[in-house]
Amino acid sequence: MSTTVSRDDTGGGLPPEGDVRRRPSVKTVVAWVLVAVVGAVAWTVLALVRGETVSALWILFAALCSYAIGYRFYSKFIARRVLQVDDRRATPAERMHNGVDFDVTDRRVLFGHHFAAIAGAGPLVGPVLAAQMGYLPGTIWIIVGVIFAGAVQDMTVLFFSMRRNGKSLGQMVREEIGIVGGIAALIAVFAIMIIILAVLALIVVNALAESPWGVFSIALTIPIALFMGVYLRTLRPGRVLEATAIGVVLLLLAVIGGGWVDDTGLGEALTLSKEWLVLALVVYGFVASVLPVWLLLTPRDYLSTFMKVGVIVLLAIGLLLARPVLQADAVTDFAREGTGPVFAGSLFPFVFITIACGALSGFHALISSGTTPKMVAKESQVRLIGYGGMLMESFVAISALIAAVVIDQGLYFAMNSPAGATGGTAETAAAYVNGLGFDTTAQDIAAASAAVQEPSLVSRTGGAPTLAVGIANILSDAFGAGMAAFWYHFAIMFEALFILTAVDAGTRVGRFMLQDTIGNVWKKFGDLSWRPGNIIASAITVGLWGYILYVGVTDPLGGVNQLFPLFGISNQLLAAIALTLVTVLLIKHGKLKYAWVPGIPLAWDLVVTMTASFQKVFSSDPAVGYFAQRQRYADAQAAGELLAPAQDAGQMDQVIFNSTLNGVLQAVFAVLTLVVVGNAVFVIARAIRARGPVPTTEEPAVTSEIVEPAGLFATAEEKRAIAEHERLVGAGRPSEGGVA
Amino acid sequence: MSGREAATRAWRGVRWYLREFTGEARWDDYLRHCAEHGHEPVSRREFERRRSDALERNPVSRCC
Repeated sequence: MSTTVSRDDTGGGLPPEGDVRRRPSVKTVVAWVLVAVVGAVAWTVLALVRGETVSALWILFAALCSYAIGYRFYSKFIARRVLQVDDRRATPAERMHNGVDFDVTDRRVLFGHHFAAIAGAGPLVGPVLAAQMGYLPGTIWIIVGVIFAGAVQDMTVLFFSMRRNGKSLGQMVREEIGIVGGIAALIAVFAIMIIILAVLALIVVNALAESPWGVFSIALTIPIALFMGVYLRTLRPGRVLEATAIGVVLLLLAVIGGGWVDDTGLGEALTLSKEWLVLALVVYGFVASVLPVWLLLTPRDYLSTFMKVGVIVLLAIGLLLARPVLQADAVTDFAREGTGPVFAGSLFPFVFITIACGALSGFHALISSGTTPKMVAKESQVRLIGYGGMLMESFVAISALIAAVVIDQGLYFAMNSPAGATGGTAETAAAYVNGLGFDTTAQDIAAASAAVQEPSLVSRTGGAPTLAVGIANILSDAFGAGMAAFWYHFAIMFEALFILTAVDAGTRVGRFMLQDTIGNVWKKFGDLSWRPGNIIASAITVGLWGYILYVGVTDPLGGVNQLFPLFGISNQLLAAIALTLVTVLLIKHGKLKYAWVPGIPLAWDLVVTMTASFQKVFSSDPAVGYFAQRQRYADAQAAGELLAPAQDAGQMDQVIFNSTLNGVLQAVFAVLTLVVVGNAVFVIARAIRARGPVPTTEEPAVTSEIVEPAGLFATAEEKRAIAEHERLVGAGRPSEGGVA
Repeated sequence: MSGREAATRAWRGVRWYLREFTGEARWDDYLRHCAEHGHEPVSRREFERRRSDALERNPVSRCC
């Protein structure tokens, strides 16, 4: 580990090349004024116009214009002034090139890899659940959050990790903040990963339970992936595009085939209860974690990535063609009163934790400090990859939000309220939803189920089925009716596919973390090729998330209702750790005056997550506070009573136990984050007293030999620079390395 | 540029991107590298096997 003060900080360096301010052309000014005007009009319409006829496209335009302005101005400011990216410095991909993990990668290709790694089911599910508060709170948080918090976190963590040879978040916290914070961060990362895997798996279980069509098509993705794996390993090694094309065709056939199976005897056999699905997922997760990656994980990853991008593009086109009208209110009564059935709690803080991915997601910090920083070709590209990649994910979240707020709101609440509330049948659900103040009838709910050929849509919580209904509606409107059932199951299949990919990959990463950590005290266990170690570590990881999954699935109060807040809060507590690290590093590098860039989102994130954690632990409202809920059921049990929705003494015990478990987990995550932040405060105070840059673990600058464009499209200037460079290299100029 | 040329260009671009993205193009890079340095390349099967074995030790994380 080398300790050095970087060139930027000593003030000895020249301003980065190409940093000459030029007067923008009239055309550019007009174009940006136009973007700003369209954006402003869209926001005004969303904020002021009420009634039946507000088009959902306004949300799309507000988002796209805001993203464009955020990217063009704010991310540029961060790159040039705050981080001072320097393209004369070689990146780790160039310096440590080994063709395996350190590898100079084309910026557009790396953008795709990074996006595929960060975007999953999170941005699809959170906004759907948050739609119970209306379309406006979610829209504002997704767009403002990504511009000032999420994309900033992804970009700055990527930059600082890149300057440290791609060190992981935990490693950086340990080295730059301290050993106490480092250990707390390590435990937090592992624990949060377990929660995330459990909640993702819970969403799949809820989407597939009692749905033979869904089970059939998802189950077939396994043999399809295995076939692709064997194809790529032995039949035609390396022909990935060929194998993926075959895989996608088989996948579509599997979705179509599910429709036929539905009506046969096989449909009966594939109607699985939630408990059976938990068992299947746990066994699958374990096997996937110990199998070689080429057999299952890699081919499944190709499939899920292509499906992901394909569906997002399809949905965007569908939205433009169908031009749906907003059905939800701008802000519902649930936002003010906090009594919503989907998740409990008021708008503040709960909208901001329900929508994590898409606005601010701490998990991304693990990817921005993992594989991506080792592949960046030029420092200036962190803007496109880090900030731009997160804007893309935010766009996915906005699309999901639109899909949820353009469906009939009576149906929305019938689908997303827990079974304990709706009673599980179309009649009882209609009565319940009418009680909430939304129009619907049992016939409407039954007709909606029949249209997508599902036995029932009542209490299909978790967000995935709702999103699938939304997508099915939009795509049927756009491309012709009669295909709703296909689109619904297609959407379910694609969500489940990449949740399973996340579960595979997450279990494997969890296993590596466990082996690495235990390997510190027991050398043999850290050896990744030692079979018993692999099996034990996989079993522990799968056992942990499988257990929480089981707890969630059998929870009488509804697993999503109970666990999703825990998932959202923990994801954003991880973001707090990442933003703390970035703030500390800026101050250590002598850039106190820019500490507000990560500092403001950090302060906001801490206020949100700590308020939410506090309420979940200490609130006296049993619908919000885990321990108040525990107390309520314990009191009832002591008095020999049964409290709905529990139906017997066993379920009473279950509620009491689950509430305690969730409350303890919640408290532990918050305390771990506070330990990191507390440790950071000392480091910051020391750095401020030092009045100037203090040593960090940044690698010394080495002159770069590569010339590459910074943005998505090469500018004329960059093209000239590349041509010039090639001419010089071609002329046999000796390559010179060395410290600048 | 005629429409046909533009279409060909676009198709080439898409193909280039997909081959780079999936890592299929790494084989071409390797062959070029061998030619430049005068090495005898291993078979494609062997090359892809080594590549996937390297992936085994470098897990790719997937987010929520």
